[in-house]
Amino acid sequence: MVWPGAGGGYVADSRITEPVFGPIAGLSVAVNQTGPIPLAAEFVCQPGELLALVGPSGSGKTTLLRTIAGLYRPQGGRVECTGEVWFDAERKHSLSPQRRQVGIVFQDYALFPHLTASQNIQLPLRYLPQPQRREQAEQWLAKVRLDGLGKRYPNALSGGQRQRVALARALARDPKVLLLDEPFSAVDQVTRRRLQRELALLRQQIDIPIVLVTHDLEEAAALADQICVLHNGVSLQQDAPDVLFRRPLSPLVARLLDRHNLFEGIVVDEYGKRRLRWGENYLEVAEGLDNLTLGEKVTWYLPPSDIVLHRRGRPSHGERENPVVATVSELVVLGGITSVSLSVNHGDMLRFDIATHAARRNQLTSGAVVKVSLLAAGIYLLPGHQVRADAHDKRK
Amino acid sequence: MDWSALSVSLRLAAFTCFILLPIAIWLGRSLAYARFRGKGLCEALIALPLVLPPTVLGFYLLLSFGRDAPVGSFWAAMTGSGLNFTFTGILLASLVANLPFAVQPIQRAFEHVPHNLREAAWCSGLSPWQTLLRIELPLVWPGIMSAAALTFAHTLGEFGVILMVGGAIDGETRTLAIAIYDRVQAFDEQGAAQMSALLMLVSFITLGLVYGLAGRRRWVRG
Repeated sequence: MVWPGAGGGYVADSRITEPVFGPIAGLSVAVNQTGPIPLAAEFVCQPGELLALVGPSGSGKTTLLRTIAGLYRPQGGRVECTGEVWFDAERKHSLSPQRRQVGIVFQDYALFPHLTASQNIQLPLRYLPQPQRREQAEQWLAKVRLDGLGKRYPNALSGGQRQRVALARALARDPKVLLLDEPFSAVDQVTRRRLQRELALLRQQIDIPIVLVTHDLEEAAALADQICVLHNGVSLQQDAPDVLFRRPLSPLVARLLDRHNLFEGIVVDEYGKRRLRWGENYLEVAEGLDNLTLGEKVTWYLPPSDIVLHRRGRPSHGERENPVVATVSELVVLGGITSVSLSVNHGDMLRFDIATHAARRNQLTSGAVVKVSLLAAGIYLLPGHQVRADAHDKRK
Repeated sequence: MDWSALSVSLRLAAFTCFILLPIAIWLGRSLAYARFRGKGLCEALIALPLVLPPTVLGFYLLLSFGRDAPVGSFWAAMTGSGLNFTFTGILLASLVANLPFAVQPIQRAFEHVPHNLREAAWCSGLSPWQTLLRIELPLVWPGIMSAAALTFAHTLGEFGVILMVGGAIDGETRTLAIAIYDRVQAFDEQGAAQMSALLMLVSFITLGLVYGLAGRRRWVRG
């Protein structure tokens, strides 16, 4: 018999379940090991909060999720949830998955094929007497809008319906944390949108930490309160989506988040004021420049939303802020959105999206010379010492 | 018609199934899940009775059942009686000869149970034993059924190994298959024909019942 929580000298010692640093309301995870999958990750998730773990495939997202559930035991680290220590490598303490009370939705849902939808949901409720169990399962089916489908076997359900059964089964156990492993990856786009909406609605009814593993950045940005970026098992940054997308801690984070507009500049003095020299442009920066020394080389980032295209003939908002002349080098029309690449004189490429009708109105064509403003408040400096991906959790 | 031979055959087949299936479930499950060095060797050893001529297998069993061989002397020390030319002896031989027929279908069935179903069961609060009983066994049921069918039918038809180890003692080790051979040797074609037809009928009914039971599950579709 394989006891996932035992062996290797690990025990579930009830004396250890009390946390050392006082109770933490949500979930806190710290994992480190050198092999076979190198990991160095830390993140926290408050009750009622949805934390998305994002990163390319092989970045250790699923392994971290399995660590929380007790299905994987790393060499080192701690997992605490609602004031209970689930895993502590130092003290050789590990609770079995059975005792951790997690609700988990697997990527392929892992529904039991020989049990009906209702029986699948009843399985975690075995501590209840039979009639109550059935009644609870009915309630859960109604909550995930599957009333009347309880007698169906999983193979007679659509992908979206299976996902809902899996979600109901995970929540039926009254879990202390909900874990979602790419729950929307196996359904078509229309179903995915609908399920994402439903998850957003369902979240309002539960106040436990929710951890979502996804490689879809848009999904993470749309659903999550916090995003933790992972790369090769290392957590690089945890922040709210709007902060993360505007203030990536390192060029690596920016790259992983598919952010462009990452450039290098030099801190200079122009008529007594600090400026950022970028090619032949002297850029005004809202914050951060004064802490740097003159002549220092610095990496900077500009969110595409902070690039303002000047209208022809009419003054635009923020026109006098960091005007830059550039040549249109590429226009890619993606339906209602046009992705614009501008080549600045010294060779760097500015990228941003505008509405296709706006691109037409401004007669943007390849080779045209245009003027844009780079909003000073948007320019974010990533000074040299931060370029290395060494910072983990900013919230600590 | 040799009714005592039929009785020996049925008893042998039933006992073999009864004893072998729990062993095969344990072995098959272990082989399906475990990753260890020498796993291929283990599997080869289990499959060996499949390819060995029954006389070769029977010969080695006969040797090891002897009173001066480890198995035979151990048995004699425990019970005071020998193994060769006894029902217990042919039952032991039948267990060994049927090992691959019982283990292989069950191992394949366990290999097809997705690993995360077990994990989903653990995360639903089921202990490993409950997971085995409520999730794994129902899912590998077709494998167990076909293992039972193959073992039962193969034991009914086993000839060489039984003859080597058991001889043909009436009511003790003479199975239907051996009785048929005896009848043919004695030019009693009518007796041989009757028994052959009976053996075929019993085998067919057994297989039909088992496959029928295994296939009667709604969720198997799709």
